[in-house]
Amino acid sequence: MAYDYEKSIRPGKLPHIWCPGCGHGIVMKGLIRAMDACELDLKNTAVVSGIGCASRLPGYLDACTLHTAHGRAAAFATGVKMAKPEMTVLVVGGDGDGTAIGGNHFIHACRRNIDITYIVMNNSIYGMTGGQFSPCTPTGAMASTTPYGNPDPTFDISKLAIGAGATFVARGTAFHATQIDKLIAEGIRHKGTAVIEILDDCPTTYGRRNKFRSVVDMMKRLKDIAVPVAAAAKMTPEQLEGKVLTGVLFKEERPEYTEQYTQVIAKAQGA
Amino acid sequence: MAKKVALMQGNEACAHGALYAGCNFFAGYPITPSTEVAEVLSNELPKVGGKFIQMEDEIAATAALIGAALTGAKALDATSGPGMSLKQELLGYACIAEIPCVIVNVQRGGPSTGMPTGPSQSDMQQAMWGTHGDHAAIALSPASCQEIFEETVRAFNLAEKYRMPVQLQLDEICAHMREPVTFPEPGELEVIDREAPTVAPEDYKPYDDSQGQIPPLASFGSGYRYHVTGLNKAADGFPTTKAELVDAEERRQIAKVMDNLDDILKNEEYQLEDAEVVLFAYGSTSRSARYAVNELRKEGIKAGMFRPITVWPFPEQRVAELADQAKAIICPEMNLGQMVREVERVAKGACIVSHIGRVDGEPINPGQIIDRVKEVL
Repeated sequence: MAYDYEKSIRPGKLPHIWCPGCGHGIVMKGLIRAMDACELDLKNTAVVSGIGCASRLPGYLDACTLHTAHGRAAAFATGVKMAKPEMTVLVVGGDGDGTAIGGNHFIHACRRNIDITYIVMNNSIYGMTGGQFSPCTPTGAMASTTPYGNPDPTFDISKLAIGAGATFVARGTAFHATQIDKLIAEGIRHKGTAVIEILDDCPTTYGRRNKFRSVVDMMKRLKDIAVPVAAAAKMTPEQLEGKVLTGVLFKEERPEYTEQYTQVIAKAQGA
Repeated sequence: MAKKVALMQGNEACAHGALYAGCNFFAGYPITPSTEVAEVLSNELPKVGGKFIQMEDEIAATAALIGAALTGAKALDATSGPGMSLKQELLGYACIAEIPCVIVNVQRGGPSTGMPTGPSQSDMQQAMWGTHGDHAAIALSPASCQEIFEETVRAFNLAEKYRMPVQLQLDEICAHMREPVTFPEPGELEVIDREAPTVAPEDYKPYDDSQGQIPPLASFGSGYRYHVTGLNKAADGFPTTKAELVDAEERRQIAKVMDNLDDILKNEEYQLEDAEVVLFAYGSTSRSARYAVNELRKEGIKAGMFRPITVWPFPEQRVAELADQAKAIICPEMNLGQMVREVERVAKGACIVSHIGRVDGEPINPGQIIDRVKEVL
């Protein structure tokens, strides 16, 4: 029997706003399967986003949903989680939202190891504003504000998250659709900041400027560059040139922020 | 039993007022001269099971404030001028999404880093016009440590009642002066909690004006699932660009304040009955103005003071009446002309409006005011 996504979708809110060929819908379906697998109570689940195409995702979910301001999702989510630690708090958003304007909040959420699961849909571009380059746009790529090719170096979101202190970091792609739910579910179950980077595609504002002739071409790129962590261990640096590791990249146990704060409360109350 | 009396700074009185009001969440970022608010609450909040978080920047603090407020917390953030500038976008978010929260701005000198430890009243217009878009604002400007305590309680009450951000406009003098504060007993001051929805979760619409001008706000995690956004929206919280819905939403959010001025406005009138010259003064400056009124009266000059405690919305009606009654209104302010613009606008030329501005980090002293009154009359 086909999977019933509708039980988690708000009645009357589809169709979504995303362009044909955009991977965000694939991520949303993976997220729904993950939420289901974790048996989340949607009344006690907050899904928080910033601004941009990906940030419209929460509105489609029948949970406590919070569409905030550009870049600030992690900080809003921190407030929700801190005030009500019993809630499950998920953040969804794009690469520009999370790592440019939201970069400070992103790294500090990771540093605190607060128990939120942050899903970054990395399509290497600002889609909603018309295809300007983001911190994740490949150097040399074309964007509406890089008419001579992108001069900027790019961020590796997963490495950034690990460096900043996230205790669960995983990467998937919109092509590997059946893996997304497992990575997200593991992130939700992890106690601490979990970052799941999903390499995504934007055929409308990235693909057409960068000689991807079809959505299929963009998906093929995701298929070709992805190498599972286990497979990569057996490959030479030459073979890994231009590839991106997928799967669980990092996992460690470290005290979670809101749990630490319960100790502050106990101390203040004379325990 | 005698009431608890403590000698404390204005900032400390603010923190204790917040606790009295039921504040259980503080998010902030350190900035002089507001830091004592955070310091006291970092110590006191966990004692009552509340939460204190020092965020990575000013914007994050306001974001966390709004996130916490959505879970039902009574949330406070304290900052000073440049920090307030950074918070402005999210203040606009709290306005349009109608999230109750309180932000304290302890005003300091100069734009940018200016004079970080010097007093000023130079963010008065920022409190009304700092954020973007059409919106209402409520800002309170107390003048003593006792009043800071009580007005902090009222700021929370107004935030909860009108479902919006409320600003406390302190100035550095009030924030750092020490005075005895008598703690009110529990129940002595009114404490208002936001209205919770009574409809079934499946029927709940967070912006449904058929439930009144201020629709009840459900807390995240209380069984109600709904959507919050900074976009213009319909009653169910989902984005809309339908002209009539956007127009109705914008107008309702301003009307909920402007239709309730009797409840929101608060001021002190001192020796105004027969006043020929009115000193329009607020915050610490009003203390010099009060002294000046007393001195002038000794000389037979009919002076009085109007002290707005609610500075926004502006007390238009009463100031217009005073403009008709008096020969002159004089506005001493620690800025180069902010609230005097409102007095001039409202007076419409009915009397002389004169400004005393000072931005050198020194308070306006009574002698300056007395001299100006004599010049003008």
